[in-house]
Amino acid sequence: MEKLAIAKALTAGMRKAMDDDAKVVLMGEDIGPLGGVFRVTEGLQKDFGPDRVIDTPLAESGIVGTAIGLSLRGYRPVVEIQFDGFVFPAYDQIVTQLAKMANRSMGTVKVPVVLRIPYGGGLGSPEHHSESPEALFSHVAGLRIISPSNANDAYWMIQQAIQDDDPVIVFEPKRRYWAKGDVDLEQPPCDMHAARVVKPGSDVTLLAYGPLVQTSLDAAAAAEQDGVNIEVLDLRSLSPLDMPTIAESVKRTGRLVITHEAPVFSGLGGEIAARVTEQCFYHLEAPVLRVGGFHLPYPPSRLEDHYLPDLDRILDGVDRAMAY
Amino acid sequence: MSIATSSNAPAPGGTDEVPMVQLLTPEGTRVDDPEYGKYLDDVDDAKLRDFYRQMVLVRRVDNEGTALQRQGQLGLWAPVLGQEATQIGTGLAARPQDYIFPTYREHGVAMMRGVPPETLLGMFRGVSHGGWDPTENNFHLYTIVIASQTLHAVGYAMGVQRDGAVGTGDPDRDTAVMAFFGDGATSQGDMNEALVFAASYNAPVLFLCQNNQWAISEPLSRQTRIPLYRRGEGFGVPGVRVDGNDVLAVYAVTQANLERVRAGEGPRLVESFTYRMGAHTTADDPTKYRTAADVEVWRRRDPIDRLRILLETDGIADKEFFTAVDDEADELAARVRSACVNMPDPDPTSMFEHAYNGPHSLVDEEKAWMTDYLESFASEGEVD
Repeated sequence: MEKLAIAKALTAGMRKAMDDDAKVVLMGEDIGPLGGVFRVTEGLQKDFGPDRVIDTPLAESGIVGTAIGLSLRGYRPVVEIQFDGFVFPAYDQIVTQLAKMANRSMGTVKVPVVLRIPYGGGLGSPEHHSESPEALFSHVAGLRIISPSNANDAYWMIQQAIQDDDPVIVFEPKRRYWAKGDVDLEQPPCDMHAARVVKPGSDVTLLAYGPLVQTSLDAAAAAEQDGVNIEVLDLRSLSPLDMPTIAESVKRTGRLVITHEAPVFSGLGGEIAARVTEQCFYHLEAPVLRVGGFHLPYPPSRLEDHYLPDLDRILDGVDRAMAY
Repeated sequence: MSIATSSNAPAPGGTDEVPMVQLLTPEGTRVDDPEYGKYLDDVDDAKLRDFYRQMVLVRRVDNEGTALQRQGQLGLWAPVLGQEATQIGTGLAARPQDYIFPTYREHGVAMMRGVPPETLLGMFRGVSHGGWDPTENNFHLYTIVIASQTLHAVGYAMGVQRDGAVGTGDPDRDTAVMAFFGDGATSQGDMNEALVFAASYNAPVLFLCQNNQWAISEPLSRQTRIPLYRRGEGFGVPGVRVDGNDVLAVYAVTQANLERVRAGEGPRLVESFTYRMGAHTTADDPTKYRTAADVEVWRRRDPIDRLRILLETDGIADKEFFTAVDDEADELAARVRSACVNMPDPDPTSMFEHAYNGPHSLVDEEKAWMTDYLESFASEGEVD
């Protein structure tokens, strides 16, 4: 057991993967001597050399496109996209090539590329540095999408992503990079596509992932004082969804509030709400509610506290669900 | 008054004023070349006859593809008519270990790499998005989005470097990667990023531009103001233009450049200057965007005709040879036609098989639903 920040847990996970498999290579802008703008790759180029920790030209489509080529040659590239809003120049390569290559080849080739995307707001950054584009990628078949919320998951899920033969996008909650937690270096918590009840409760299920899991736990602690018993579910995997775990929880509590930083409209919460309505209709005491971002471009940072779902907005959602 | 925001003048280098490597003139005469001539040392009479034969076979398959589309057997076909010399010259210059990334028009290269032509047709018929194992003959699947594959080629070449399969001096080990693309692709961001990455990492990749003058209906002057073989210069990738309708020149220049790439000298660009005689695909109508006179100029540079003249005048092939090649082409066409029209539609649930390599709960669930749904019709039938 070791106490690590999420960023350092990711570093440790990648270091372990690189030690175990010489085909694992890292690629990205500024990931070499600098260690990445968030220092997630710190020290790795020094130890593994520039052929395995590859500083790239500043060209996102080029990074993802060449990563695909490397994977076709038998390598397992782990790509760092510097910020969420910078992924779009590579969107074409991700959607038309990376996601479809296995299918196009009828399974004869594998493209085990991992894309790491630091995402979400709360850092006071300028435009394009605080977005939550996960729904855009969840809609695309061929990709696996995960988002760890704590150091232990970060350490294990990045390794599971690297070992997976399919392309995996890891949405990393960048405002939680420095949050420390216990990491069990021996025992993986569970499969990267499993959701997990992080706090059991009886009155309402509060479903979150990535940066909002901790906020949801804080909301559960606050609601406890008002006598509301919240179950907090950490989704962990955005594609595929662990529907059995979600449905089980909702059937237990009868209420579901979904929260994410991304805009509510056409977001992941809508998909989950529809599926829960289909599978748990007779168990629901209230409509499935969503608490998330507005249908707006991410605002200037002086306004982001109003944009992002915080403890109060989440509790308001819980109150609305309880009022039925 | 017209607004001078664009130029409709022919692109510089769009015509023949730019020098290019030519080893066989349109009149069928051999040309000596001090630099590239030696790359024809292995081309004896038998090989010359084979060049001719391969070009005829490709043309016949291509014509069959167009005919099958017109008859409703294919959803679409991308004709390669007129570009046979480039296809055969490059395809035969590559070694087995070289890995090739095509666009969607490399039918001749595909055949040289052992992909059966009926498999190619399957893609245009709609039974698969490819249908061949790219690792079997190191020939990747067709890529339809323009220039995407140039980056895949560079990445693959970076892998070749890491495998130590470049610059060893072992001709069976040293590997080059070839990226095919057209004149239109040179306008894409990916193409330009591929040149940056290739130069920056000194990747063993040969960029093979088939300049066929037209990107659907957009002429070369819409893609460039300089000859395309120079497009790599600003990135540090040297280039050369070759007469793309001269199979000897294409074969020699491709070999020469592949050799340097395999030796670890870094990326290179070959512009094969040719012409698409047919439509971009069977969906467009070239008479709307180009003149018959233009086409006629290029008809006189036909790659097959010029080699035939050489074979005839130098007594390398006789009448029986030409008859035999035509017969073989007819047989191939008949085989391809029959395979195409008899190609069964895939099983409906097969579409769920390969979206992911591993199990995926959503896909598995939807596949199970689809299977039950289809079976419900079968059981209804049994009741009746």
